[in-house]
Amino acid sequence: MKKEFRNTLILLGISIILFVILTILMDSGILNIYYSRIVILICINVILAVSLNLIIGVTGQLTLGHAGFMSIGAYAAAMATMEMNLPFPIALLFGGIVAAVIGFLIGMPTLRLKGDYLAITTLGFGEIIRVVITNIDQLGGGRGLAGIPPKTNFSWVFFIMVFTILIIYNIARSSQGRAMMSVREDEIAAEAMGINTTKYKIMAFVTGSFFAGIAGGLFAHYLMYIKPEQFGFLKSVDLVTYVVMGGMGSLTGSILSTGILTILPEGLRFLNDYRMIIYPLALIIIMRFRPQGLMGTKELSMKVFDKFSKGSDK
Amino acid sequence: MFKKKISVILSMAMAVGLLAGCGTKAADETGDIKIGVVLPLTGAVSSFGKSGQNGIKLLEDQVNKAGGINGRNVKFFFEDDEGKPDVATTVGTKLISNDKVVAIVGPLTSGSAIALGPIATQSKIPMITGTGTNPDVTTKGGEYVFRACFIDPFQGTVVAKFAAEDLKAKTAAILYDNGNDYSKGLAEFFEKSFVAAGGKIVAKETYATNDKDFKAQLTKIKPTKPDVILLPDYYSTVGNIAKQARAIDITVPLLGGDGWDSADLFKVGGTAVEGCYLSDHYSAQDTATLAVAFRKEYKAKYNLEADAMAVLNYDAAKIMVEAIKAAGKTDGPSIVAALAKTNIEVVSGKITFDKNRDAIKGAVILKIENGKFNFVKKLVP
Amino acid sequence: MDFLQQAINGLSLGFVYAIIAIGYTMVYGIIGLINFAHGDVFMVGAYFGFFASTNLHLGFIPSLLIAMGGAALCGVIVEKIAYKPLRNSPKLSILITAIAMSVLLENLVRLKMTTDPQTYPETLLPQKIIHFAGLSIDNRQIIIILISILLVIILQFIVFKTKTGKAMRAASFDKDAAALMGINVNSIISITFAIGSALAGAGGVLFGILYSSIDPYMGIMPGLKAFVAAVLGGIGIIPGALLGGLIMGLVETFSKVYISSSYSDAIAFSILIIILIVKPSGLLGKKTREKV
Repeated sequence: MKKEFRNTLILLGISIILFVILTILMDSGILNIYYSRIVILICINVILAVSLNLIIGVTGQLTLGHAGFMSIGAYAAAMATMEMNLPFPIALLFGGIVAAVIGFLIGMPTLRLKGDYLAITTLGFGEIIRVVITNIDQLGGGRGLAGIPPKTNFSWVFFIMVFTILIIYNIARSSQGRAMMSVREDEIAAEAMGINTTKYKIMAFVTGSFFAGIAGGLFAHYLMYIKPEQFGFLKSVDLVTYVVMGGMGSLTGSILSTGILTILPEGLRFLNDYRMIIYPLALIIIMRFRPQGLMGTKELSMKVFDKFSKGSDK
Repeated sequence: MFKKKISVILSMAMAVGLLAGCGTKAADETGDIKIGVVLPLTGAVSSFGKSGQNGIKLLEDQVNKAGGINGRNVKFFFEDDEGKPDVATTVGTKLISNDKVVAIVGPLTSGSAIALGPIATQSKIPMITGTGTNPDVTTKGGEYVFRACFIDPFQGTVVAKFAAEDLKAKTAAILYDNGNDYSKGLAEFFEKSFVAAGGKIVAKETYATNDKDFKAQLTKIKPTKPDVILLPDYYSTVGNIAKQARAIDITVPLLGGDGWDSADLFKVGGTAVEGCYLSDHYSAQDTATLAVAFRKEYKAKYNLEADAMAVLNYDAAKIMVEAIKAAGKTDGPSIVAALAKTNIEVVSGKITFDKNRDAIKGAVILKIENGKFNFVKKLVP
Repeated sequence: MDFLQQAINGLSLGFVYAIIAIGYTMVYGIIGLINFAHGDVFMVGAYFGFFASTNLHLGFIPSLLIAMGGAALCGVIVEKIAYKPLRNSPKLSILITAIAMSVLLENLVRLKMTTDPQTYPETLLPQKIIHFAGLSIDNRQIIIILISILLVIILQFIVFKTKTGKAMRAASFDKDAAALMGINVNSIISITFAIGSALAGAGGVLFGILYSSIDPYMGIMPGLKAFVAAVLGGIGIIPGALLGGLIMGLVETFSKVYISSSYSDAIAFSILIIILIVKPSGLLGKKTREKV
């Protein structure tokens, strides 16, 4: 069978095994509600990191407004369950789609910009989104939106996370993915080769925004209360940190670094005061000495499974 | 290749290490009674959190010196929520499942309290916040969430009534932070009550959190000639606004809520806040025995003047301790039942709870004179 | 009458944005970097001024000079440890480093000074309200405007009438050619950072005097708005930064009056976005072609 398809199946299989193990741990109480909480938050953060990686890592577009799309998805999904009484999965989808549509509207004019300008503009949009939400009373405004039904649980979060990883993994390995990577490597050369760079940039941006929106919906229905401040510039910087530390372009890297960076504050609670000094310092050091992050652009090698397949194509 | 393998193994080791840490801690039937505390010890309102922590630590000493709760010592476990709702849920859950606390005091900020409440109720752990004033805290929190302070609707009403009846104000302007739940909530409730009392809101302007320049809004408010201006925000912002208002010759009294209560109000506002009024939970000039004693002990222990945050958190912790004493047991339902029947005197006054588990408590109006918060009158609901 | 009053409000705010914006534009002009940490250098300057006036009990001018010096030092240190080693790295790395540097500065100050706002002493520049033609003018607003103009004039002198200035202009035009002409590009870059940071530091003190309270995060918003100002006027062009700053100050003030105070931040960012889409080179800028 084709390599990508086989790899996908293997990943799916591993995920199911992991799911079963974790569920047993959680149900039996070995992983109490505190640790379960951390696991669920890791899964939500992974969805955010992996979706952001598609934009920053694969396509090379630095966006500082990703949290804005998370908030759009969060509020849209919450409205869907609270006001429109839609079932949870539809609400999540709704959140993702609204985020994607707004991502498209924002992306269209701004993705023509490059590098620094794109970064600032996306930052600006993230802030605009936050200000607008703060001013909409029906969404609770500055007071936040409370009473969101607690629909998120481990199963939802885990499988959506797996789904997201698989989709983005497959996009990255497709011809569209290669086009995106060419934009990252040398945009002018790609244009010269006839690749419509704007189209692929928008594709990556909209896809990333869609999954950010879904993560937002999951987040909203887990925390049961959301405030616009939670989705500001600093949150976007957090997400960029996850991606950069893991290695831009490496999904495995994003997953690993997200896991580590979500667990670390818990283990290092006593360093709370210093955390926001250690993090940026670590970022600066990484950018200086190992800008490719933990995993560079490589993934965990699937070659180990080659041994087990018979007669696969070379 | 090797490096990759190392990093994967490292992260898995970390995960396992963390999991291994989750041992099974049996609930103590005889040892210390553990009570969790969630406060913003870092972050934007860390000074509030530190005051609260001081207050609760003082209570811990007092209770244990007096023999503890039914013979068992009480131990408070402090966790920092950084003033953020999602962190509050994480540390709250940690207190519940790892430290196996029997109750939680806090969180301090309304946002965190709203977020943690449903989780406390789900885990059947009683929670009492001494300072979360947003109505959603108890309405969305569930039957295990209690609130030991007044709510913003009440505070807004108190200020509005005082303005209309005592200051005889017919018109008012409001300048508030519309990105801040406290500020916005207070503004809304003031408006409702002021209009109900026959007053008219002649100007309503907003600003964003962290804005420093209010001249544009103040210049807009000035020609509407309000009798009073409501500034429902925290002391640092209010001090600034007051100064800028006086600079363009706005001389009418300014009104505020408990967010004004800080010695630093005078550092920032200086003479601009003289003659202004605010509603608060408690007056530092309260002559009640408990209040005087508290201020004395607080000063002796910390060499600081007790502020409202210290008092309210001390009171909340005390209410919880008394309830556990009265219940005689440490399981959730028993404590909740005892809490509901609370009828005691604490530093900030007499406390009973209504059916929404909100404290039935009065407020005080303070006037700023010569750099001091002077007691004017007390209002009860 | 109100219009004039608001115009003065807008101008004094705008001048503060302008002197911060000049720093951004100078750095961008010479190494093509958006120095995200610039807003925080502004904050550091404000704190230096606070120390000088509160702990050392110095007057206005000495405090201002100390703040400018401290900020300049801070800016140069940031350049040396964070940006210089990455000069040949991809843009993305430098940008992320700049963001990290910004967060680091904020939290280092927060650690030392706590998040509680500190207050500038009233006595540093006593407030006197001048009543003139129905307007209430804060004397400090006038002083800020005058000092800003003075600093800009000094800057123009340095840039256009001194050898260093000539070297700065040459390096921002073409770094490699300048190096070939015998200019020590590294020290020119450091000098640029120093001057830009000194200006930001001055802005910090003026801001602290005008608005009394300073906190570790005070530089974020003004920094972003000053950046918008720099882009608006044409990034890399000093008079552009001045113009952009004034426009931003006026727009912010008037949008609070005539549109809505809650949306003023959003409006500021919208200006950025519109400019970048319509005329990315800014009001005074010229279109440049990217060579391959």
